[in-house]
Amino acid sequence: MAASTSSPADLSAALVLEPVASADWLVILPVAWCLAIGALLVMLRRKIDWHPYIAVLGLTGLVIIDVLLLRHVLASGPVTMVMGRWLPPFGIAFTVDLTGALFALTASVVALAGGVYSLSDINDSGRRYGFYPFLMLLMAGVSGAFLTGDIFNLYVWFEVLLISSFGLIVLGSEREQIDGAVKYGFLNLVATTLFLITTGYLYASFGTLNMADIARKAEGLGGTAPLMTLTALFVLAFGMKAAAFPVNFWLPASYHTPRVVVSALFAGLLTKVGIYALIRVTVMLLPVQREELSFLIALAGALTMLVGAFGALAQSDFRRMLGYLVVSGIGSILAGVAVGGPGGIGGAIFYALHSMLVMTALYFASGVAAKLGGSFSLSSLAGLYRRHAGFAALTLMLAFAVSGLPPFSGFWPKVMLVKAALDIGAWWLAAALLLTGFLTTIVTGRFFLLAYWRDATAGDGATASATISPAALLPLTVLVFLVLAIGLYPESLLATIQSAAAGLSEPSAYLNSVFPGGAP
Amino acid sequence: MEAWFALLVSIFFTVAVYLLLSKSIIRVLLGVAILGNAVNLLIFTGGRLTRGVPPVIPGHQDALTGPAANALPQALILTAIVISFSFFAFLLVLAWRAYEELQTDNTDEMRVAEPKDEPAPPLGY
Repeated sequence: MAASTSSPADLSAALVLEPVASADWLVILPVAWCLAIGALLVMLRRKIDWHPYIAVLGLTGLVIIDVLLLRHVLASGPVTMVMGRWLPPFGIAFTVDLTGALFALTASVVALAGGVYSLSDINDSGRRYGFYPFLMLLMAGVSGAFLTGDIFNLYVWFEVLLISSFGLIVLGSEREQIDGAVKYGFLNLVATTLFLITTGYLYASFGTLNMADIARKAEGLGGTAPLMTLTALFVLAFGMKAAAFPVNFWLPASYHTPRVVVSALFAGLLTKVGIYALIRVTVMLLPVQREELSFLIALAGALTMLVGAFGALAQSDFRRMLGYLVVSGIGSILAGVAVGGPGGIGGAIFYALHSMLVMTALYFASGVAAKLGGSFSLSSLAGLYRRHAGFAALTLMLAFAVSGLPPFSGFWPKVMLVKAALDIGAWWLAAALLLTGFLTTIVTGRFFLLAYWRDATAGDGATASATISPAALLPLTVLVFLVLAIGLYPESLLATIQSAAAGLSEPSAYLNSVFPGGAP
Repeated sequence: MEAWFALLVSIFFTVAVYLLLSKSIIRVLLGVAILGNAVNLLIFTGGRLTRGVPPVIPGHQDALTGPAANALPQALILTAIVISFSFFAFLLVLAWRAYEELQTDNTDEMRVAEPKDEPAPPLGY
């Protein structure tokens, strides 16, 4: 090979030469914003009185950024930004499509609600432990996982949110929390390591880690690479993250131990990141293999639903019951992933978004109930309805929503999932979905009767005048309002979700956004 | 050479899974450490083992000449090492705190969050 002259190399084939359009910076902004605010809070670690205000302002900013991002994606399709101007597949790409933008927006709303709720739940010692920096870094990890277009990056963002969640779950260092954190920590670390193992195999098979590149090459590699093994490992790793049936035991063991706001954020965000990754990988990257594994995923989904519902029925503690309801919701989403098609995938996405809002709100409600009633145990909680009828009404609406009763947000995704399951003839899956809804209604009805309707026994709290702090009531009310609004006016969200699902199963727009010039 | 590496990785995985299945937290922790190294070796092998020079382009040329080592797996492993080391450190401290607080390092006996003798939920009122 002849040595060339000293003329500069022609880089136009490898680099993005025109500057990034200013609107496209929105793709990276949610992550950068959270990291910046988190770093600021760490720097101000001696000014803990400022932390809550900075964090709530930061999270409000995050919601605004995510709204703008969603509008941008709605207007112009999937958007890609590559780091360091290197063209994909060599440069690391952040690619946002409708699914990612929807998940990111819902996550930021949940986090803002958590930030406001924390004003009443996190005391000075919690602030000194670094609750707010951890919260911002958790959101950086969650946003990064939803927005990245690179599998190894996804792994890194998983780790970012995992280490922040470790910090949050031991906040307070009570015996119970340390016990829960041990199980949460070890099992989640094993799950992410499993994900890394699969990423190693993926790289060995494809020679690339860019999602769009993988989606393009997957068809051609069908016969030569062990893609079924890869998909099964991905399903196992993400299923463990999302607490799907055979590997769900870490969730009910740990989610009731930390502060209420931490459980609420975990229930709203963490399992859904696993579900999002599962949808992204199985539906967009390896659709043929998902088809072949669908029976297994459907079986896992049905068992997850039923285990969650029966587990919830057996609990006597408000928060442990909610932990099982989180698991049961994951089962419904898995059923949608297994069924596939616009109804199944759309139903799964819709159910995930609904579950993020409802489970967070239910954990908030458990915190308020414990403040009013002095306990999380259903044996001693009583008479809440008499003491605060408005709060009881909010909880009842959430109970209906989580059971999938109209007119709340749980109804529409459930209809979509049942219809999609019946359409492909999986009557047993539809039956499991309906049975789970029925069981969940019993669960929530039972706890509402015991904790709210039942008269308070003489002496304990019939005269208690505990009031709900507005910082706890406001986020709860807003979330319930959202749940009701989605249930009453689902059309525009439904249309957006349908096109998000279509974009996942037919990712040509996604590929065009990453490789605008066609195949390199 | 890949076959030998595959064998080595499989031995690492066997040891790691064996340790992860034990009840003592310290043994689980050792399993986690070995699992992390097994994954690193796996990624390294997945990037193809070549006896090549570092992928550095000489100053008077535009492109690589001849075979060069694949730098990407090493970058990935570097990231994974940093992450798994920090997690190992965190879990080590957590295990120590758990031993101090709960007076046991047997996972079967860690039942504070899920007590065995919990009262049954109320049946009615």
